[in-house]
Amino acid sequence: MNLPENLNYTKDHEWVRLEGSIGVIGITDYAQGELGDIVFVEVPPIGRKVEAGQVFGTVEAVKAVSDLYSPITGEIVEVNKEIQDSPELVNKEPYERGWMIKVKIENEADLAPLLDLAAYKNLIAK
Amino acid sequence: MKRTPFFSLHQQAGAKIVPFGGFEMPVQYTGIMDEHRCVRERVGVFDVSHMGEFFVTGPNAAAFVQSVTVNDVTKLSAGAVQYSAMCYDDGGIVDDLLVYMLGVDSYMLVVNASNIQKDFDWLKSHTMDGADLVNRSDEYALLAVQGPNAEAMLQPLTAAVLSDLDYYHFTQGEYAGVPMIISRTGYTGEKGYELYFAPECADTVWNALFEAGRQYGIAPIGLGARDTLRLEMGFCLYGNDIDATTNPLEAGLGWITKLTKGEFIGKAALVQAKASGLTRKLVGLTFSEKVIPRHGYVIEHDGAAVGIITSGTFSPTLGSGIAMGYVQSMYAAQGTQLEVDIRGKKTAAVVAPIPFLKR
Repeated sequence: MNLPENLNYTKDHEWVRLEGSIGVIGITDYAQGELGDIVFVEVPPIGRKVEAGQVFGTVEAVKAVSDLYSPITGEIVEVNKEIQDSPELVNKEPYERGWMIKVKIENEADLAPLLDLAAYKNLIAK
Repeated sequence: MKRTPFFSLHQQAGAKIVPFGGFEMPVQYTGIMDEHRCVRERVGVFDVSHMGEFFVTGPNAAAFVQSVTVNDVTKLSAGAVQYSAMCYDDGGIVDDLLVYMLGVDSYMLVVNASNIQKDFDWLKSHTMDGADLVNRSDEYALLAVQGPNAEAMLQPLTAAVLSDLDYYHFTQGEYAGVPMIISRTGYTGEKGYELYFAPECADTVWNALFEAGRQYGIAPIGLGARDTLRLEMGFCLYGNDIDATTNPLEAGLGWITKLTKGEFIGKAALVQAKASGLTRKLVGLTFSEKVIPRHGYVIEHDGAAVGIITSGTFSPTLGSGIAMGYVQSMYAAQGTQLEVDIRGKKTAAVVAPIPFLKR
C-alpha cells in the first residue's frame, strides 16, 4: 500500500498536502482499495467553504457510497475536473492525479489534530 | 461460517473475502469493473458452490415438485432445466430455484445458499409418500463458466458436444476427467455453463479451467460482478428483489408462474392477486444524472413515496446507474417519469424495459 510520508491524514481516510497556503485534499490508497472501483466523485464548486471534520462531498464506488470529510477549514479554490470524466484516477493515483479539491487554509492550526503517517498506519492496522 | 472447496484458491488469486449466505465468499479479485467486462467480452469463472442441491426421487417425485413450485414440471423432459419459484400459501416467495429433470422420477433442485435450511425445512414439511427428499448441498462443488468464449474454452477437455447443448439443458459427462453435470445455464446474460461435481475434484477442475482458458482471457469473478451482471439483465436476487413479502406476479415472474397447471402451494392466493389486479410491480429504472441508486432508496412521484428500490448499481456496460424496484402499478408503465431520493437529493428516474442490456 502506498502511504506517503509528507501528508497529514484523517481518521476517515482523507489526506491533505500543504502547498504554501493551499491544502490539496484527496482520499488514501487504503480508502480507494476498500471502496473498490470508483465511478463518481461529487464535490462542491469553487468558492464554497468546507469545514474541518465536516462532510464536503461523496464518492460513489460500484459497491458502496462514502462521505468525504474535510481535514481543514477554508474556501475551495480549485476542483479536480479530470476525475469527473476519469474517476478511476482516484483508484490508480490517489495522491497525484486523483486529488479532489484544493482549499485555501484559514488556520494552519487545523493541521495539528490530524494524523501523521505513523498514526495513520496504526489506525488502518486495527 | 462455511467455506467452499475453492477457498484457498480464491485466497491465492488475491480475492477479497466477505461473508455471504453463511459462506466466506470472494467479492472481487482485481475489481468489479474489470471482472464484469471480462465476462461480457471474454470468459469468467464464478465459484457458486454455496448454492444448495436437493434431490427428489421416487414414483411421486414429479407430483411433489409440481406441488411445491410455480412452474409446470410436466413440461420438463430428462436433460432439461426449468427456472421456478416456491411460494408460501399467501403467494410470498420461499425461494427461486432451478429444477433439473435428471430422469424419470428423479429431480435436482438448486436453491440459494442463504435459504438452504429454510427451503429444506419447508419442503420436508410438505413431502408426500413416494417422494424422497435429500439435501446433498455439501456433496457438490459448483462453478459457473460464463462469457462469449465459454464454449470454445471448455470444449477441448470434454467429450460432451457443447454446441448441441441448448439453453436450459444439461448433460452428464466429464470435464478434465472429472464426472459432472454440465448445464447450459447461468445468471449473467452471457452464454455459459454451470459445472456440478464432487468437491474432492475442486483443484483439478479449477486448474484445468484456468489452464485451458488462458488463451481465451479467463479470470475468476467475484460476487460483486455477479451482482452487476445479473442486474444489467434484470434478474431477481432473493433477499433483495424477491422474498416472503413479494409474490412472483408482481416480481415480473408471471412467465414462470403457471396458474393453469393444477394445484400448487400459493396458487389460490396468486389467482386471487391476479384477479383483483396487482397493486405494485417490479420495474426497471434508468437515470441520466451521475448517480448510483441503491437498495432501500425511496421512489417518489410529485413528492409522494410510490415505491422502493430493491437492487441498484452502476452498470459497467451502460456507464450509468440502473435499478429495480417496486412501484404502485399506476406508475409502472415504461417511460413514466419518477424521482428517487438519493441521500436527500431528488433525482430524475425513468421506468425502463428489463433487461437493461439489449442482447
